[in-house]
Amino acid sequence: MAEFRGVDFYGIEALLSEEEKLARDSVRQYVEDNVIPIVDDFYERGEFPMDLVRPLGELGVFGANLPTEYGCAGMNNVAYGLVTQELERGDSGIRSFVSVQGALVMYPIFTFGSEEHRQTWLPKLATGEKIGCFGLTEPDHGSDPGGMVTRARKTSDGYVLNGAKAWITSGSVADVAVVWAKDDDGRVRGFLVEKGTPGFSAPEIHKKHSLRASVTSELFFDDCHIPDANLLPGSGGLKSPLMCLNQARYGIAWGGIGAAMACYDTSLRYALGRTQFGRPIASFQLQQAKFAEMLTEITKMQLLALQLGRLKDDGKVTPAQISMAKRNNVDWALKIARMARTILGANGIASEYPVMRHMNNLESVYTYEGTHDIHTLILGEAATGISSFK
Amino acid sequence: MKIVVCIKQVPRRDDLLRINADKSWIDESSLSFEANESDAYALEEALRLKEKHGGEVIVATLGPSDASKTIKEGLAKGADRAIHLCDSTFEKLDAVATAKSLAAAIGPEAPDVIFTGLQSDDLGYGQTGVLMAEMLDLPHASIVIALETSEDGKTLRVKRELENGWFQWISMATPALVTIQSGINKPRYASLKGIMGAKKKPVDVRTASDLGLNADALTPREAIGSLYLPVREKQTEMLEGDAETVAAALVARLRGNGVI
Repeated sequence: MAEFRGVDFYGIEALLSEEEKLARDSVRQYVEDNVIPIVDDFYERGEFPMDLVRPLGELGVFGANLPTEYGCAGMNNVAYGLVTQELERGDSGIRSFVSVQGALVMYPIFTFGSEEHRQTWLPKLATGEKIGCFGLTEPDHGSDPGGMVTRARKTSDGYVLNGAKAWITSGSVADVAVVWAKDDDGRVRGFLVEKGTPGFSAPEIHKKHSLRASVTSELFFDDCHIPDANLLPGSGGLKSPLMCLNQARYGIAWGGIGAAMACYDTSLRYALGRTQFGRPIASFQLQQAKFAEMLTEITKMQLLALQLGRLKDDGKVTPAQISMAKRNNVDWALKIARMARTILGANGIASEYPVMRHMNNLESVYTYEGTHDIHTLILGEAATGISSFK
Repeated sequence: MKIVVCIKQVPRRDDLLRINADKSWIDESSLSFEANESDAYALEEALRLKEKHGGEVIVATLGPSDASKTIKEGLAKGADRAIHLCDSTFEKLDAVATAKSLAAAIGPEAPDVIFTGLQSDDLGYGQTGVLMAEMLDLPHASIVIALETSEDGKTLRVKRELENGWFQWISMATPALVTIQSGINKPRYASLKGIMGAKKKPVDVRTASDLGLNADALTPREAIGSLYLPVREKQTEMLEGDAETVAAALVARLRGNGVI
């Protein structure tokens, strides 16, 4: 089968630099050779392909937009976005792993950590020698993280953590967890909790219908003692974890394009090859309407993400702008996956094609990192100046 | 060990090709480009030699200014610097003039090993490497599918692909030129760090006059007269009669056409 060539209806290629194109092409080739051939089996088995972690580290995808002095690639945000796009063309679970490692673990260590934290963790997280996870969401506190009940009680030489976190990507395989808890003053602080710390456990959540090639866990803290040195000194208030989420949401906005392109490309090839009533089904108007819609929306997604990246690179991006891209791109990726499924007919549900895997994955992506509804309210506030939920 | 690897930028393998208006070449305006396949394997072989013996890898590319993406990819994968032969005089060269130009740029570097791909995916002459070796008075081996070096790097032992499934191992002293067959190794991916680092690596852009070459010296000895898609033709003649008659008529036709 001919190689995947991307989707570029609007000459967006010309808006990218050589480095941005090279980064995309290199990761695209890696995903084509190493992720796509294996990921469906892992998905079926409900297993994360752990053997990809070190090669992905060699490729440099973890924290690729962080500085080179900590072993990262130092790329701009557009190149980083294109990387997450290509990873999600493989599978949302693989992209989720990379987003968590980079945006939710390396970014807070870089931004809120001490120099010692950075030197200790960032180079090893960049190579994939160490794995990280991010604990903010709790079983009873999702969209309203400020209501968290996990507490960090101060002791003479550190903190004692008590509480639980839920829906934590990579939790059970992580060497270090970035955990958010309220201190004695009720202020949200970030802590580095290392694997094996007494009182800390991270059982995996099994029996999922989505993100099956990804580890999802709960984190439990039962009188878990954390030394003072493991407090992220620069963290303070709910703003700190929300800054991390902005980084991750940015990558997800690009990731949605990858999943959508995979579904579009698969269904287009299928429709051109599948004959009914003596003609390829691509020749039927009802199918053509779907392709017109998919192509238009993918092009809009690309333009949203690209300008968002340029704004981010210029230091001008706002959280609401990130909300718009995450909300729109994941929503449309999911709709495109569903449309593609209908074009493939019964074959759409088969593992032979990636469409239903993407569709099921996108149900999670639609909800995590700020649900679609919460991003709607953020945009509503941006438009009207009136918050509907604060 | 100083290693030069010649990389040509060619249209992507699965691009849809259209012939241009004057039928002299394909219409390149809507094409995307990539490193010639066997050149990508040659680059990987060069990088492996550097990893074994130390030294430097230099990418040499003859092509238009937008070949810089392919050059950068070579630098991103680990080459140390590049020479880009870029000049309108270098457009539409034949294999002799291409070899002459590359030899003029590479010769003064006095490399220990020069790698090229077996042939380019667009023109497919398979001559540039071999001609360059003659011009530089170097021993060469073509269609190489395995390469070993002595500990001191002064001797190459290469496996050549012959016809009908035959192979040939030969040893040669460096400096030497080797043309690489696709599949000899598994080319690496350009890492994101490598891509960012490539921006800082030197690319020496040379024109024909920089190399002491003029248009006369590069005049092609052959030219493409006209490019066309294969014409589909079918002529069917029905032979009528009983089996004996038809067989006799068929034999007569085949004899008449010189088939038998």
